[in-house]
Amino acid sequence: MKATDIRDPSYFHKVVDCQWACPAHTPVPDYIRLIAEERYTEAYMVNWESNVFPGILGRTCDRPCEPACRRVRTEEKPVAICRLKRVAADHKGDISPYMPALPTRKNGKRIALLGAGPASLAVARDLLPLGYEVDLFDRDPAGGGMMRSQIPAFRLPADVLEEEVDLILNMGVNAHFNYEITSMKDMLDMNYDAYFVGTGAPRGRDLDLPGRQEVDAHISIGIDWLGSVAFGHTHSISGKVIVMGGGNTAMDCCRTSKRLGAESVTVVVRSAFEVMKASDWEKEEALDERIPIVNNRPPKEFVHENGKLKGVVFGCVKPVRDEASGRLRYEPTGEPDVYMECDHILMAIGQENHCPWIERDIGLEFDKWDCPILDETTFQSTHPKVFFGGDSAFGPENIIWASAHAHQAAISIHLFCQGKDLKEDRPPEGLNLISQKMGVHEWSYDAEHDPAQRFIVPHADKSKALGNIKVEVELGFDRALGAREAQRCLNCDVQTVFVEPLCIECDACVDICPMDCITFASNGDEDDLRARLTAPAENAEQDLYVSEELPTGRVMVKDEDVCLHCGLCAERCPTNAWDMQKSAIHIPQLGTYAA
Amino acid sequence: MTFVAKPRVHHPQLPLNDLGLNRRDYEGAVSTLCAGCGHDSVSAAIVQACAELSLPPHRFAKISGIGCSSKTPSYFLNASHGFNAVHGRMPSVATGANLANRELHCIGVSGDGDSASIGIGQFAHIVRRRINMLYIVDNNGTYGLTKGQFSATNDKGSTSKKGVPNLYEPIDLVSMALQIGASFVARSFSGDKQQLVPLLKGALLHRGFAFIDVISPCVAFNNHNGSTKSYDYVRGHGASVVTADFLPKDFIATAAETVVDYAPGTTETVALPDGSRLRLSKLDESYDPHDRAHALAHVLEAQQRGEVVTGLLYVDPDASDCHEILDTVETPLNALGEAELCPGQGALDRINAGLR
Ligand SMILES: Cc1ncc(C[n+]2csc(CCOP(=O)(O)OP(=O)(O)O)c2C)c(N)n1
Ligand code: SF4
Ligand SMILES: [Mg+2]
Repeated sequence: MKATDIRDPSYFHKVVDCQWACPAHTPVPDYIRLIAEERYTEAYMVNWESNVFPGILGRTCDRPCEPACRRVRTEEKPVAICRLKRVAADHKGDISPYMPALPTRKNGKRIALLGAGPASLAVARDLLPLGYEVDLFDRDPAGGGMMRSQIPAFRLPADVLEEEVDLILNMGVNAHFNYEITSMKDMLDMNYDAYFVGTGAPRGRDLDLPGRQEVDAHISIGIDWLGSVAFGHTHSISGKVIVMGGGNTAMDCCRTSKRLGAESVTVVVRSAFEVMKASDWEKEEALDERIPIVNNRPPKEFVHENGKLKGVVFGCVKPVRDEASGRLRYEPTGEPDVYMECDHILMAIGQENHCPWIERDIGLEFDKWDCPILDETTFQSTHPKVFFGGDSAFGPENIIWASAHAHQAAISIHLFCQGKDLKEDRPPEGLNLISQKMGVHEWSYDAEHDPAQRFIVPHADKSKALGNIKVEVELGFDRALGAREAQRCLNCDVQTVFVEPLCIECDACVDICPMDCITFASNGDEDDLRARLTAPAENAEQDLYVSEELPTGRVMVKDEDVCLHCGLCAERCPTNAWDMQKSAIHIPQLGTYAA
Repeated sequence: MTFVAKPRVHHPQLPLNDLGLNRRDYEGAVSTLCAGCGHDSVSAAIVQACAELSLPPHRFAKISGIGCSSKTPSYFLNASHGFNAVHGRMPSVATGANLANRELHCIGVSGDGDSASIGIGQFAHIVRRRINMLYIVDNNGTYGLTKGQFSATNDKGSTSKKGVPNLYEPIDLVSMALQIGASFVARSFSGDKQQLVPLLKGALLHRGFAFIDVISPCVAFNNHNGSTKSYDYVRGHGASVVTADFLPKDFIATAAETVVDYAPGTTETVALPDGSRLRLSKLDESYDPHDRAHALAHVLEAQQRGEVVTGLLYVDPDASDCHEILDTVETPLNALGEAELCPGQGALDRINAGLR
């Protein structure tokens, strides 16, 4: 193998699995260390800079970071990264001194943001410190988009939402609420320098089955219904409720129904439990609230009498794994159809981005799935002035994706307004490595490995929580539990850096490594090397760190897979050929990193 | 000295041996030696050898003297018995331990200072008595623990860290062991586990006195350009005469190995008491690892040329050990009952009668 180029920012970035997995590339270990030091405000700001909504995401994020966490590979349970983000938000102090300075003189460029959801807000936050004039338009009476309309208060309290939305609005956004956008042409006529479309995926899917028209009054589209609950138009639901669908919206619908007075609530899903789209913890919460989830039941017909919904007929299928593709297929079990009584149906079977208000003759093209055609790097549409981000770009995703898209779109808008090339002139990613050695046996990070198991987040008393939609179910870690959980972080951003010329090949690192990560061996191609290491390196997704050739003709090979970043190799190295160096990956961003 | 505790977690695919244990179960405390000290690699090699042999990690007697090397029994086989004797007196304590309980694997770890200076008398006599044990000298040519004085194995002309040359001829413990009657004699290098681990396995299973002189650089005081016991020097001047491969009891040569075309007379296997074998591969057809005088001559000649001869230099699989020589009781002393230990007046009378 060729020697590893550790100067390539992506090499060590990948080693920080959580940061790599996070769409916004939040430097997770950085803020976890700050939490361990009880520096909550700074921990919050590290988050705010990269993902913009730490308090909200600390409760609602899809957490792609957690399955990526190295602890999953070494001891099964990941660090509770998402809940630690919330710890930072819950316990932070005054953040005003850390906020970006806002220029008093504007730069003369005007940007229109369509939709007041997370994507638009994040774009506003990135653009305002550079002097842009930012106008925001939304049909709802308040900002937040789907964070406000689709996430129920028992998961995301209104004050948490408002605090983070207002933080951005108060940076000087000209907000136009209750503003229904009906024509993109009209918007373009307003002659802004650039437009950002962040209108989300606002159309919930429907099911056209026999009886659908007749029972229309008893069927609600999940996201619309959640929105009407959020804005106070709906206060109750009665009778027997069936929620159709297996995603997070379905979980929110069933749990909201239970709180608004439904006599019974059942979730019916056409697919198997394991492949439901809802996050595992959302499924667990629903089950914990004793809401039955019935799987492998595709709906067939809405049964009604005199215009009143009586129930639904479902078929019975079983999942079969397709040998070739590895995916699940569903085959009828042969059992008779089942009939389930109900008075109301909440339809939560998916949603789409949908922009009927964008005329199709203005040079802004859509693909065959009716999604705008975008450049995946710049988020620019085929109309050079118009950029997209969030769910309206590539379909429904989580809030964290909206933040990630927004940062890229903001860079593009900035380059566009300056007449620069959106790709050529994009700022590159960067890498900084700083040794953590303080003294002979002192490291500036807590290298000691904490064998503790993942701590459980305390919950509100169930009788209280189920009676009031405003009572937040999860209470979050307190400072003490947060500190304990923070200790579980392996500091994967403190990298093992190897300097060939200093190595005397004494084997001390090989002997001490608790995870058998290090081998000195003759070089070979990757497959060959992986098989010859001290411990088998079977996880091909994790890189091998290969040195230049050493005096004995061998190379040092380190399998990054299960390294604990305990620093023992550096600790036992007589010549400092190994050093523990903190990698800071610079993900370019306007706003805070603007120069 | 390392302050970060070694995490207990281990690689998820760490293999288990026949006892259901993994290599980590054979470790000891985290070393307090200097980072990079060769002695730590020797300890790691012992851990690996014992784990791979599936020896019960609590059935060892680890005996040592004084020195950095003599501290190392703390760093392997945590579950076992250990005794840290006074300087140079490891042999007498090891002799006692082995005579008292012949069922324990006895490992003695000593240094070149411990064995070739203050303890040289004890060394000579334990070899002569053929105690059934593995005797390791972590040989760094210096008194590491007392900060780098020349030891008796230091080569003439080799210098101290400050450049002062050593004026005396060295004592070669390998030659002594050969001469006085050790039945398994090897030399190896802490930086070459591929060579060292099979030698340790063979020595652990060998019945009789097994001696391994392991060149084990002292990074603090004797790893400089004027040293003949440095990593670089040993790598540049090492000459392996006989490589030993350990073949476990159930070893069946793979197809690839069967077709390897060894030059005639260059390989042979030596049976070990438990049914496993050592396969010896000789670089020079004329070398005979069963001829004591020949081995001794070869070692001395190579030494004249400035070569460090390594590998399995001599082995006599049929040699007797001290228990056989003395015809001792089969049962360890701690398992004998009072009746056997104190057979009474009648027995004494019979012995006395036999002497009249
Ligand atoms: C009776 C006695 N004399 C002298 C000493 C001082 N002393 C301690 S260790 C040592 C030499 C150790 O050298 P070696 O056995 O080669 O061990 P190393 O530290 O090199 O591994 C000496 C002379 C002592 N501890 N006890
Ligand atoms: S002084 Fe030398 S022998 Fe002793 S621990 Fe340090 S390196 Fe090893
Ligand atoms: Mg010594």
